[in-house]
Amino acid sequence: MGMTVTQKILAAHAGLESVQPGQLINARLDIVLGNDITTPVAVNEFKKAGFDRVFDKDRVAIVLDHFVPNKDIKAAEQSKTCREFACNHCVSHFYDVGKMGIEHALLPEQGVVTAGDCIIGADSHTCTYGALGAFSTGVGSTDMAAGMATGKAWFKVPSAIRFNLFGKLPSNCSGKDVILTIIGMIGVDGALYKSMEFTGSGVSELSMDDRFCICNMAIEAGAKNGIFPVDEKTLEYMKGRTEREPVTYTADDDAEYERTYDIDLSKITPTVSCPHLPENTKKASELSDVKIDQVVIGSCTNGRMEDMTAAYNILKGRKIADGVRCIIIPATMNIMRECIERGYVTAFIDAGAVVSTPTCGPCLGGYMGILAKGERCIATTNRNFVGRMGHVESEVYLASPQTAAASALKGYITEYKD
Amino acid sequence: MNTRGKVFKYPDNVDTDVIIPARYLNTPDAKELALHCMEDIDKDFVKNVQKGDIMVAGWNFGCGSSREHAPLVIKTCGTGCVIAKSFARIFYRNAINIGLPILECPDAAEEISADDEVNVDFDTGEITDITTGKTYKAQPFPPFIQNIIRCGGLLASLKEQNEND
Repeated sequence: MGMTVTQKILAAHAGLESVQPGQLINARLDIVLGNDITTPVAVNEFKKAGFDRVFDKDRVAIVLDHFVPNKDIKAAEQSKTCREFACNHCVSHFYDVGKMGIEHALLPEQGVVTAGDCIIGADSHTCTYGALGAFSTGVGSTDMAAGMATGKAWFKVPSAIRFNLFGKLPSNCSGKDVILTIIGMIGVDGALYKSMEFTGSGVSELSMDDRFCICNMAIEAGAKNGIFPVDEKTLEYMKGRTEREPVTYTADDDAEYERTYDIDLSKITPTVSCPHLPENTKKASELSDVKIDQVVIGSCTNGRMEDMTAAYNILKGRKIADGVRCIIIPATMNIMRECIERGYVTAFIDAGAVVSTPTCGPCLGGYMGILAKGERCIATTNRNFVGRMGHVESEVYLASPQTAAASALKGYITEYKD
Repeated sequence: MNTRGKVFKYPDNVDTDVIIPARYLNTPDAKELALHCMEDIDKDFVKNVQKGDIMVAGWNFGCGSSREHAPLVIKTCGTGCVIAKSFARIFYRNAINIGLPILECPDAAEEISADDEVNVDFDTGEITDITTGKTYKAQPFPPFIQNIIRCGGLLASLKEQNEND
């Protein structure tokens, strides 16, 4: 039986000729990742089990991104635990304040992850790297500890759902509108335990930042991973960047998919997920009576350069509506620097926005933009669960950078028309 | 092995942000975290839960973040088992890895009511609603996972494997 790209990567890392959906395998890991929230728990487990060394100091990545620069004393203690562990084990991919970025924007940018890799990360949005043609999936801290100790993890080989993309996105839409549309279509458990395989002629029309955004939110449909084929754009992105040689896998012609969805990109419209589930999608144009108090543009989903450019093109020379707080968070220090060099930061400040150092901060209700009771935020983040960004009676609407920036100018959710 | 206790019932798509809100994740201490278990959707849960009690929920329990703190606080509160129609995959993995018993059983999750007295036999996967007298059979874990549970979690099973090698 033919294999999907995901199945081929897993077979190769398990040292097997082929694998089948449902098969339990033990796979070799190329990168094991953790952040400042999940690593301390993993460090405890690692020590408790009596391990005294990581399997490979160059294959462990620890990124402080959720609560740094530290929001309080307890968060500082957690970062300290990560720092000491990274130092004691000579972890080469350790990213602290000044070097750090939001992990899922940072690792591809720094070339730590590459096509054909098998990656686990103690963060659910680890599925982002599927944009590079890697198998990567979120796990918990115990799996991270076991991965750091042994360089291996057990997986159940997933079955697959195929998304056949064709056509070209309208100019007021981006990868975010594609993935929100898909989640609205299949639901928050529509791909539970499965891989989401994005294929078709429309792939070449999507930028790498669109693909990162789409794979990033595969978990919001319950998927084990999301993955794109490797094409010229992927190779161009990875050139001179990745530490290891990319390995390209292509799906067999007779690979099995439980279901295929045809997605005409030209029919996508600006889409918003309403509280309190990512599947509650509506057209942005239907929500024009929804007044907002805050806008967040950033996160592992939409804090990349194209997202910053989309926000800049809308906000430059204009003013954020009275009564709206607009918080812009470039996802890495490189993106931050480029925003400064291109004059974006000045334009954001002139428009009345604030620009923050990279952090996950408000996305998970950590700090740097917490909502009060009854407040409403449109955010380019990935989750709008009850209490996600603050008070249990606050609301988060998920949208693209274009929709969020346009809404910031109006004070109401609005469809951006260019 | 079994657990017996009172049922706390929850809907579909209970996410890890309501199981343990991220605003408390500035500590890895399970006991401190457990004080806030479920507080955003059931502020009395921590007050009322007794050792061995059972959570019963709908589809996709534990969706969202990969935080292992979620199954950890449920276990630390004394919850003996979670029965759901289905579990989000990272939560499922984490629960097994830290030794929180979970069972997928759509019929039981549909029919069992809040406050019912329920007994769960982990060896057979049999769920008995003592209040209504009905019994249900959950899918048993594959042997590979049963071994992790038998050892008391993933790291303990790796340790045992290393000692046998």
